[in-house]
Amino acid sequence: MNSRIGYIAFNTFREAVRDRVLYNLIAFALLLSGAAILVGQISIDIERLVVVNLGLTAVSLFGVVIAIFIGIGLVSKEMDKRTLYTVLSRPVRRWEFVVGKFFGLTGTLVVNTFFMALGVFLALLYVTHRFERMDVWVLVALYFIVLQFLIVCALALFFSSFSTPLMSAVFTFALFVIGSLSEDLRGFARITHGVGGWIATAIAYGVPNFSALNVINQVAHGDAVAGRLILYNSLYALLYSAMAISGAVLAFQRRNLK
Amino acid sequence: MTAIEILDLEKSYLVGFWRKRSKLALRPLRLTIEEGEVFGFLGPNGAGKTTTLKLLMGLVFPTAGRARILGMEVDDPRVKSQIGFLPEQPYFYDHLSARELLNYYGQLSGMPAKGRSARVEQMLERVGLSESAGVQLRKFSKGMLQRLGLAQAVLHDPRVVFLDEPMSGLDPMGRREVRDLIQQLRSEGKTVFFSTHILSDAEALCDRVGVIQQGELRGVGAVADLTSGTQGKVEIIFCAPRVPTGLTSLGAEARVSGNMVNAVLPEEQQDAVLELLRRERLKLVSLAPVRRSLEEYYIQKLRPAEGPPKEEERKGVGA
Repeated sequence: MNSRIGYIAFNTFREAVRDRVLYNLIAFALLLSGAAILVGQISIDIERLVVVNLGLTAVSLFGVVIAIFIGIGLVSKEMDKRTLYTVLSRPVRRWEFVVGKFFGLTGTLVVNTFFMALGVFLALLYVTHRFERMDVWVLVALYFIVLQFLIVCALALFFSSFSTPLMSAVFTFALFVIGSLSEDLRGFARITHGVGGWIATAIAYGVPNFSALNVINQVAHGDAVAGRLILYNSLYALLYSAMAISGAVLAFQRRNLK
Repeated sequence: MTAIEILDLEKSYLVGFWRKRSKLALRPLRLTIEEGEVFGFLGPNGAGKTTTLKLLMGLVFPTAGRARILGMEVDDPRVKSQIGFLPEQPYFYDHLSARELLNYYGQLSGMPAKGRSARVEQMLERVGLSESAGVQLRKFSKGMLQRLGLAQAVLHDPRVVFLDEPMSGLDPMGRREVRDLIQQLRSEGKTVFFSTHILSDAEALCDRVGVIQQGELRGVGAVADLTSGTQGKVEIIFCAPRVPTGLTSLGAEARVSGNMVNAVLPEEQQDAVLELLRRERLKLVSLAPVRRSLEEYYIQKLRPAEGPPKEEERKGVGA
């Protein structure tokens, strides 16, 4: 990796950590501990299902909220506070700045997810008293959640490179919600004809397919995840993020920093 | 060698909801600054000083024209390692310490790891922040941030330093330190381009100044030339409890302060006034020609703007 991108990424990560972003982990830990104790007392035979479902959904939601709120501020905050001026007056290209910021936030989210995943497994251990072979699929579901974060981060960065923070948050969250329903959209597109069908198809395939990245219910039931899906999802997330980041770079490249 | 060459650089912004109106921020600017020169860019708030600096830093893009620094176009990445920049009212990352921030900027400037830490400590010492080096910047005062801003601007030993209102927010001691720093940069042969509206600083530090108003360069001149000319008047100070009779008839404007009289009168009346003092047996304290000040030059250059506004001015001009 280009060393300047690495420095910017590390600085972004350090700022985020010191800005108490990881404090959400405390709320998350409390939520999961409480849920595990409660589930242990009221569920019979479905403790694992409930804890995995609840835990992974919480990981996903907490992470998406953080990705959006930090992602939209990555560029706009630096512009508002004019910290960007002293960075870009150095031998740093604008694309290096955007990519460095993206990696920094991604790193923050990976660390965040690691600790939340630890919480999920501890809660799981509390209710089932031992790990089973099928728990390995929980790790795959967590990996898919991280891929979701990559896309959300990239989208937040893309929108914030030309829009206000508020509008960027609205656009990114809207795309997350629509993308989570993309399988339904694709189904709708298949049964719609004419111009409406083309529009529905364009939207269904244009929005990020978060449905394919959501295997929470499947792994909660102990079902395996196909290796091909892991490969396709990885490539899809990387490609989609790269496209969004390229868009962010293009928008930022010619932007006047007033 | 020419350090900064600005060739008809122009900037206007599209404003309004539909971005159809054009707002002129900088009229075609042509200016050349030689290496080793300290150049002061003077003008009131909103005159176009910051816009010019942002154009030179590549933070905003020109509508027309171009600029070169050390012979390279401003968008050439090689330029950036040769320049340092202090923005107006600088603000840095809240959660970093001064030491971490300088280290980060040193990394971005491509300073080799070996020697970087020593240089960071040296710069902290130079701007008087050694004792606060480990404190997070959110706890810094405005003056401390300004000092840190200066440190980051010269950290990587650039050949050309751009400072936007470097004295802003500083107490008298801080201003003195900044003046010393600029003088030190001059003695090291660096080129310094700084914007200010504090004329005494410009007069004390600059080799040349340029006056800008409403996005238009009104004049450029060497400070020594601008302040060397006399105005055909002399200022005389002497001990007397009141203005002596006969002084006013020499065309003097006099005022009494305590036991001193301070009078300004035409140069050709110099012998006559000395004769008057001898006759009245009054003690002379000083006699000196009245020199032009930078302030007078500045005001003179800004004055034409008081006429009826031109078409573009009516549309509004900002920094």
